[in-house]
Amino acid sequence: MKEESLFESLLRRGVSRRDFMKFCTSMAATLALPTAFSAQIAEALEKKQKPYVVWLELSDCAGDSEAILRASRPTIGQLVLDVISLEYHETIMAPSGHSAEKSLQDVVKNHKGKYIAIVEGAIPLKDGGIYCTVGGRTALEIAKEVCGNAMATLAVGSCASFGGVAAAKPNPTQCVGVKEALPSATVVNLPGCPVNPENVTATVVHFLTFGALPALDKNHRPLFAYGKRIHDNCERRPHFDAGQFVKKWGDEGHRLGWCLYEVGCKGPQAYMNCPTIRYNEGTSWPVMAGHPCFACAMPQSWDALGPIYSRLPNVPGASYQATADKVGVAVVGAAAAGVAAHAIIRASTSKGKQEDK
Amino acid sequence: MAREYIWEVPVRVTHWVNVISILALSITGLYIGDPYAQGADEHSMLMGKMRFFHFIFAYIFIASLIVRVYWWFVGNKYARLDQFIPLSGERWKNLIDTALFYGFMKKDLPHSPGHTGLAGFTYFFLILLFVLEIITGFALYSQSHEGGAIWTLLGGWMLPVLGVGMVRFIHHVIMWLIAVFVIIHVYISVHNNIIEKNSLVMSIFNGYKNFQDRQHH
Repeated sequence: MKEESLFESLLRRGVSRRDFMKFCTSMAATLALPTAFSAQIAEALEKKQKPYVVWLELSDCAGDSEAILRASRPTIGQLVLDVISLEYHETIMAPSGHSAEKSLQDVVKNHKGKYIAIVEGAIPLKDGGIYCTVGGRTALEIAKEVCGNAMATLAVGSCASFGGVAAAKPNPTQCVGVKEALPSATVVNLPGCPVNPENVTATVVHFLTFGALPALDKNHRPLFAYGKRIHDNCERRPHFDAGQFVKKWGDEGHRLGWCLYEVGCKGPQAYMNCPTIRYNEGTSWPVMAGHPCFACAMPQSWDALGPIYSRLPNVPGASYQATADKVGVAVVGAAAAGVAAHAIIRASTSKGKQEDK
Repeated sequence: MAREYIWEVPVRVTHWVNVISILALSITGLYIGDPYAQGADEHSMLMGKMRFFHFIFAYIFIASLIVRVYWWFVGNKYARLDQFIPLSGERWKNLIDTALFYGFMKKDLPHSPGHTGLAGFTYFFLILLFVLEIITGFALYSQSHEGGAIWTLLGGWMLPVLGVGMVRFIHHVIMWLIAVFVIIHVYISVHNNIIEKNSLVMSIFNGYKNFQDRQHH
């Protein structure tokens, strides 16, 4: 049986050609391609068969699945049924138990090297990986088989990309990202907490259009989505430059939409397209909603960038809220007191010396 | 009483350029780290100006440091590297005697026409701190120029190694260490000037020190 192309299935589902072209144009924009490419994308999607996709959920919170279910372009219906053939997804598929596992096995066997594996969640390595098992097999075992036989693996969300919160200190289950667990696999990291569904769709569309994965940075993230710094595209950036800062939650600056730098925003450390793509049909994103960015899409965002609500990390090993600046003021004060004490002692002893003479 | 030319022009100029740069870098750096004032309005560019001057003075400071380190090798005998790193027994003795004098365990400051052994060695570590401050500064600066080869080389390489938070932490800590140094440095300069009556404080302006005929107790 000849399988229908993506466009055919969209038409069957009542999507107009106009909407289809709008989708292609928005994908071209997301991929940072000139609008002329929307025709090429449309052509590819019209001809190409739907790619087979399996979705693994490992050590995660299903937040990325939640994000995908709220994808706007395409909607969940289009995404699950049309743009891709989602053969396996623990959270949203109808089958369960052995029949569910069988559909995964079928894809791996029948479409070896041709399907796309999407992985959500980190992979625990400690004690042979027993801290995450599905159907009696460890996450590592499943990922090895599924990602190892896939055409490419999309690690969606920060946990699958870099370990995320599952790998935050002290990381009791020794969680790692997919690329670290399976160094030989072809992995595209799409971090974010959650991943932005637009970026997942755009990566798949790029693959369908050009037959290749998009250009990646040194952290295996597509440059189209992770090549620009949030700080440089932030709608609140003018307030940063003007020195207009939110000092505490709900103050005048916060109500006026000023810069969140002082309440810990890591926008200057974060590289992602949140300010331009936004979440939930382009509705909003954290900074727009008045919350500082905590650089969720950066490797080790939990451990290496400092607390979420302050810019400066605490003094290592100090159990109280000691920042370098607080300790610095104290140390400078101590130095000043020290030299004052020295001066007093010197003055009294040299006076004694003069009396001796 | 003998009057001797100790500090050559590059030594004095770099000293004062360092003073002005460190002051400007601290004022602007404290603002960048934790903005202590709000911009008057949306056109004030307060943070923009703070960052601009921080970067300008950073380059001035680097230039000054390069000149001073160059002078380690071509300057007069009081400016040379061997005044900073005590290699001879004589310099070590001077260092220890100076420390004992400051600790009230010795009556007299050892005769040191240039830096005391303790001062020289302290300045050596200070310069290492300066270098670390510059490298961490470039590391933080590299975030505005992601992927730029020169910024990666000058400091950006350490971001994935230490994490941005730790690099920023080190950058702050060094500023406070320099502040502690300044307090002790100014105190000791005045202190020794009073005790030795050697116009030590004036010497960093005009280059000359006076040496009293040393009394023996």
